[in-house]
Amino acid sequence: MFKSFTLIVRCVNRHNVYEHVRFASQALPQFSSEKYNVKRKPFNTVEIVDVNYFKSILSEDRVLTEESDVQPYNIDWIKNCRGQSKVVLKPKCTEEVSNILKYSNEKRLAICPQGGNTGLVGGSVPVFDEIVLNFVLMNKIISLDEISGALICEAGCILENLDNYVRERNLIMPLDLGAKGTCHIGGNASTNAGGLRLLRYGNLHGSILGIEAVKADGTVIDCLRAMKKDNTGYHLKHLFIGSEGTLGVVTKVAIHCPVLPKAVTVGFFGVKNFENILQLYKSAKSSLGEILSAFEMADFHSIISTVKNLKLPNPISAYPFYVLIETHGSDENHDAEKLNNFLSKEMESGLIIDGTVTSEPAKMQDAYKLVYLFLHDFRHDTLFFKYSNTLCPGHLTEIFPRVVSSGDGNIHINVTVPQYTKQVASLLEPYIFEEVSKLNGSISAEHGIGFRKPHYIHYSKDPSALQLMKDLKQLMDPNGILNPYKVLPEQ
Amino acid sequence: MARVLVGVKRVIDYAVKVRVKPDKSGVVTDGVKHSMNPFDEIAVEEAVRMKEKKLASEVIAVSCGPAQSQETLRTALAMGADRAIHVEVAGAEYDTLQPIHVAKILAKLSKDEKADLVIVGKQAIDDDSNQTAQMTAALLDWPQGTFASKVEKSDSGLTVTREIDGGLEVIKTKLPAVISADLRLNEPRYATLPNIMKAKKKPLKKVAAKDLGVDLSPRIKVISVEDPPVRQAGSIVPDVDTLVAKLKEGGHI
Ligand SMILES: Cc1cc2nc3c(=O)[nH]c(=O)nc-3n(C[C@H](O)[C@H](O)[C@H](O)COP(=O)(O)OP(=O)(O)OC[C@H]3O[C@@H](n4cnc5c(N)ncnc54)[C@H](O)[C@@H]3O)c2cc1C
Ligand SMILES: Cc1cc2nc3c(=O)[nH]c(=O)nc-3n(C[C@H](O)[C@H](O)[C@H](O)COP(=O)(O)OP(=O)(O)OC[C@H]3O[C@@H](n4cnc5c(N)ncnc54)[C@H](O)[C@@H]3O)c2cc1C
Repeated sequence: MFKSFTLIVRCVNRHNVYEHVRFASQALPQFSSEKYNVKRKPFNTVEIVDVNYFKSILSEDRVLTEESDVQPYNIDWIKNCRGQSKVVLKPKCTEEVSNILKYSNEKRLAICPQGGNTGLVGGSVPVFDEIVLNFVLMNKIISLDEISGALICEAGCILENLDNYVRERNLIMPLDLGAKGTCHIGGNASTNAGGLRLLRYGNLHGSILGIEAVKADGTVIDCLRAMKKDNTGYHLKHLFIGSEGTLGVVTKVAIHCPVLPKAVTVGFFGVKNFENILQLYKSAKSSLGEILSAFEMADFHSIISTVKNLKLPNPISAYPFYVLIETHGSDENHDAEKLNNFLSKEMESGLIIDGTVTSEPAKMQDAYKLVYLFLHDFRHDTLFFKYSNTLCPGHLTEIFPRVVSSGDGNIHINVTVPQYTKQVASLLEPYIFEEVSKLNGSISAEHGIGFRKPHYIHYSKDPSALQLMKDLKQLMDPNGILNPYKVLPEQ
Repeated sequence: MARVLVGVKRVIDYAVKVRVKPDKSGVVTDGVKHSMNPFDEIAVEEAVRMKEKKLASEVIAVSCGPAQSQETLRTALAMGADRAIHVEVAGAEYDTLQPIHVAKILAKLSKDEKADLVIVGKQAIDDDSNQTAQMTAALLDWPQGTFASKVEKSDSGLTVTREIDGGLEVIKTKLPAVISADLRLNEPRYATLPNIMKAKKKPLKKVAAKDLGVDLSPRIKVISVEDPPVRQAGSIVPDVDTLVAKLKEGGHI
């Protein structure tokens, strides 16, 4: 499976995209409830007594109520969603989280768990006045077993900090994403984040060894084992991986860190057309085998807009498509030999028209930036629609000519428009999801369902599966206080 | 048409976090990723562009250091240098290799190779000495154009725009000359695949420093290498009034 595929649909209002930048990014987004016509559920509203209670269990400075203090927690990363919360709570330990939830559950106060707030589907910000439960202060590393690679830490640890920490001990985090400097490991677990190293190290259901979570009623569920193998009873930790804060709140994570690869090499290539990308992917898998750790592609427009907006150098000239390949291995010479054979072969075959390869860290970072910062990049324009879908390889070419974009494996389709309008939205949704569904794909490969996609979830989930999800929600959070309006569709 | 000699140094990659050895004798280099000194990339780029503009006939890259310096030379070759000279300096001698030694080696090679122009980076990002260009010019008794942000051909030689404290200074120099490259001189290219392949076949000659008659005994003794002082933790104040009060309290305003 391709890790990801980045394309921009440029046909919508393409003129003036750049000119509108300032205007759009400075204005506050519209309230999500108004923008998407949502009805508030019958939760109670936070009163002075509640705030005082929270202040009594946390310290005063960890309960934010000033409007200007609370505002950033109400707005999501891409400035698409905006909630109306009046309170942000910043617990420091599991016990505090447990007390907050127990109280809120009894009082029927809704909660929105929030990590680094880098989520792209509006799951991390409230819709109405849900209390924001932010994990930023739960940032302690508890232990690292350097032999097994098991890291245990609190949910609010920033991914990049963890990566730096384990790197000093010859290990790396099994995942890496463009948002690593801001996102939390608890957020990653809750969204089952994919990211760049997925091809090599698998997804979080495999890497996460254990989880400590708190249920809506305040019960602490301790599944924090640090063993790779544990077949005792139900594998409950998986309920919290990818459930986006709707079944429980993740407070601690035990995760397996692979050994830091001694040799890392990145190649950045120009490719003629989509068919050739498929061929190249096939060839890379067979020639590079176990050392292939990432295979990413982006079209001309994605790269050029990044080059332009972020003033990054493009290592090679203009080609219709670009491919980034990364290898992780334990022996530089062994990797170089494999890579050289692969490159010579595919240069000769013409699958690679031109390109560059490097194992110098600074140059590799430049190449990553081109492909991954493209997301940040789009905040310079105005970004309102983001899709991350999965399809099987064979279907790529089928859908490709039809949607201008769309593809295989994980596809990111970014549509930039100067302004959000319902008309543009209705042109894109559910069209894209319908197309994906016809091909048995997933409407959300990476970013989750969140607030933006519950009413499209049926495109990817069978009614029987959806019913079980609802039953689980009822069992674990009978009052529905955890992240309401998210993930599960209304009737 | 001129023959250009370019100095390229292998240094710790600038994206890598540098760590001081526990005994403070230097920094940890074992198992640490190295690459070409960024200012030297600019020097190579400038030389290659001169060749592309037919202002230069040949570009020779030189690196002084251990066997791995050959990787840096291969990069220079992939960027467009024609051939490379590896001046082997390893072990303890490499630990104490200083700008004066490199300048002597470059000066000797410039004569041997009949170079008309030497381009080096203005400094190496590891030692930050900023001495090699100046010393090389002095040893050869050639004119120098240091901190160059623009190099143009003029009738009698070169017109060099230099970045100086107050702004820019434009000087004219005859050839042969020594130039040191500043950051804004150009944006170095990436080595592309076909050129990386070609570079593998370009000539790379290995010589020993002593064969060039250069004495490598150290002139400077490093007494101790220390980490920069750790930045003190900040604190967040609730409002402007508190900030002002704190600043007053600390005697800053
Ligand atoms: C530049 C950029 C690149 C990205 N690249 C990728 C990528 O490659 N792959 C990918 O999968 N995603 C990617 N994302 C999306 C996002 O970064 C991930 O989903 C990330 O895992 C979210 O982490 P977070 O801490 O920011 O969570 P948030 O955004 O704060 O929250 C995300 C969801 O998890 C819930 N949540 C957060 N913390 C907890 C907790 N402790 N307990 C329970 N629920 C919680 C929230 O309620 C919300 O529903 C990217 C985002 C950006 C901005
Ligand atoms: C020589 C030998 C070597 C072994 N090596 C290993 C090993 O390396 N690793 C390891 O993990 N195990 C090992 N086992 C144990 C066993 O083989 C595994 O647990 C295997 O997965 C069981 O498969 P089975 O089809 O025989 O299941 P069964 O033994 O028939 O059933 C195992 C359990 O699964 C349930 N079950 C079976 N089928 C279904 C179904 N379709 N739906 C729902 N429940 C079902 C049963 O009710 C039972 O609880 C080994 C056993 C032997 C004899």
